[in-house]
Amino acid sequence: MNSLGLQSVAYAQAVALKRRQLWLGLVMLLVCVLVSGQIAEISFSKFIQHIGNFTSYIDRIAHLENGQSVLSDPVEWFWGWKKWLALMGETLLMAYVGTLLGACAALVLCFLASKNITGNSTVVFVTRRFLEFSRTVPEMVFALIFVVAFSLGPLPGILALAIHTTGALGKLFAEVVENIDMKPVDGVISTGGTWLHKVRFAVLPQVGSNFASYALLRFEINVRGAAVLGFVGAGGIGQTLLEVIRKFYYADISALLVMIIATVMLIDAVTERVRYRLLGQQGRP
Amino acid sequence: MSAHNSSQRDTAVAQRLDALRDRHARLFVPYYESHWRAIVWLVLAVILFLYGVSSLGLTFNRIYGGIGELGSMVMRMLPPDPARFNSYLSAMLETLAIALLGTLSAAVVAFPLGFLAARNTTLNRLVQFFARRSFDTLRGVDILIWALIWINVVGLGPFAGVLALFMSDLGIFGKLFSEAIEAADNKPVEGVVSTGGTSMASVRFGLLPQLLPVLLSQVLYAFESNTRSASIIGIVGAGGIGLILSEQIRTLELRQLAFVILMILVTVSLIDYLCSKIRFAIIGVRAV
Repeated sequence: MNSLGLQSVAYAQAVALKRRQLWLGLVMLLVCVLVSGQIAEISFSKFIQHIGNFTSYIDRIAHLENGQSVLSDPVEWFWGWKKWLALMGETLLMAYVGTLLGACAALVLCFLASKNITGNSTVVFVTRRFLEFSRTVPEMVFALIFVVAFSLGPLPGILALAIHTTGALGKLFAEVVENIDMKPVDGVISTGGTWLHKVRFAVLPQVGSNFASYALLRFEINVRGAAVLGFVGAGGIGQTLLEVIRKFYYADISALLVMIIATVMLIDAVTERVRYRLLGQQGRP
Repeated sequence: MSAHNSSQRDTAVAQRLDALRDRHARLFVPYYESHWRAIVWLVLAVILFLYGVSSLGLTFNRIYGGIGELGSMVMRMLPPDPARFNSYLSAMLETLAIALLGTLSAAVVAFPLGFLAARNTTLNRLVQFFARRSFDTLRGVDILIWALIWINVVGLGPFAGVLALFMSDLGIFGKLFSEAIEAADNKPVEGVVSTGGTSMASVRFGLLPQLLPVLLSQVLYAFESNTRSASIIGIVGAGGIGLILSEQIRTLELRQLAFVILMILVTVSLIDYLCSKIRFAIIGVRAV
C-alpha cells in the first residue's frame, strides 16, 4: 500500500473515531433527556390539552373588564399609571443603588482577586472564593433571607442585588485586570509608588472603560431582577405584579407587563449606546 | 560662583520645561479641566445614589439592626442539617431536569429562528425585525413571571418550570444565535455557492462548521445559569428545590435551609465544572 493509501486509512479511522464519540455523546444526552422528562413530569398530551389555556390567557390579558380590547381604551387600561410609574421608578432606583453598591465592592475586591496585582496567593484565593459564593447563590435566595433579617421593603432587595452584583462583577473585573499590560505597573513600582499608586495610576486608566461597560451591563440585568424581587416582598413593582396575577386582574397584568418590558427595552437601548461609546474610547489617552 | 551656576541651570531647566509643556500641552491640562464631563456625570451619579438611599429607606439604624439579626440567623444556621436528605435530593434532581429540558428545547427551537433574525440569512427585513422584537419581548419578561403564567396553563409543578425556562431562554438564544450568525465569516459560504451549492448546502457546509462551537458554548453557559434559575422558580410553585427553600425560610428551619443552600452551591459548581470540561472536549478552548 502506498503512503497516500495509508494516510487515507488513518483519516478514515480518525473520522470514524470522531463519529463514534459524537454518537456516544448523543445517546448519553438522549438518556439524560428521557430521564429528565420523567422527573419533570413532561406530558405532551397535557400540553396539547391545555395549550388552549395559554392562548386564552393571552387573549384575556388583552381585554378589559368590559370585554373591549385593551387598545380601545388606553386610559382605562393604564388606570393606575401614577401608582405603577412610581413603583417602576422605585424598581429602577433599587437596581441603580444595588448595582452601584455592588460595583464599588467589586472594584475594591477585584484587585485583591488578581494574581498580577496582589502577590499574596492566600488573599487572592479567599477573595475569589468569596466572589464565587456571592454570585453562585441566586439573588432571590439572598432576598428571601434578607427579608427575614431586614423586614419587608426595598432594603433587603437592594442588598441582595448588591451582593450578587459584587460576585458577578468582581469576577469580570478581575479577569480584565489580569489581562492588562504590566509595563505601566512596573513603571510606577520603579519610581517607588505604593500599592495604591500602582492601582490608581497604572491599572485604573487601562481598565476604567471596561469596568464601566460591565457595570452598565449588570445594571441592565439588575433592572430585570429588581422587577421580580417584590415576589418575595423585597420592594419594587414585583409585589403588585404578583398580586394582580394571583387575583386575575387580567388587564392590569398586561399593563404592568407592557410597562416592565418597555422600561427594560429602553434601558437596554440606552446602556447599549453608552457602552458602545465607552468601548470606542478605549485606547485613547 | 556656584550660585551663579545654579541659577543658570535653573533657567535652563525652566526653558526645557516650558518647551516640554508646549510640546505636550494636552498632558499639562489640569485634571478638572480635561475631565469636567466625567466629573459632572460622577456628581450626578452620586446625587442620584444619595436620593435613592434616602427615598428607599436605607437608614443606618435599619441596616445596623438588620445586620445584627442576620448575624444571629447565620449562627442559628450552623451546623447545616440534612434532615430530609432524600426529599432534598429528589428536588435537586428535579431542578436539574428542569434546567436541562428548558435549555435544550429552547436551543433546538432557537436554532432555526436565529437564522431568521440574522441580517445575512433572513428572508426579508420585515421577518428579521419581527423575529428580533419577539426575542426582545420574551427576554423582557422574567423567568418567574413566565412561571406564573404557565402555572395558570398547565398547573403547578415542574412542567410549568420547564416551559418558563423555555420561553426566556428562547429570547436569549435567539438573540445570541442571530448575533453569532451575523458575525460569521462569509468566505466559506461564498466558496460553497461558487461551486454551485444550494443555499441549504451553503448553510450546512459554509456556516454551520463555524457556528457550532460558538453556539454550543453558549448553550453550555446558559445551562449553568439555568440551574440557578431553576432552583428558585419553585418559590412561585413551578417545581424544583425552590419550594423547599421558601418553605424553610417561612418556618425558619434555618439549619435545614443552610444545608439546602449548600446543596445548590455544590450542584451549581459541579455543573459549572462539567460544562467547562465538555466545552473543552468539544471546542478545545476553555472559555469563549
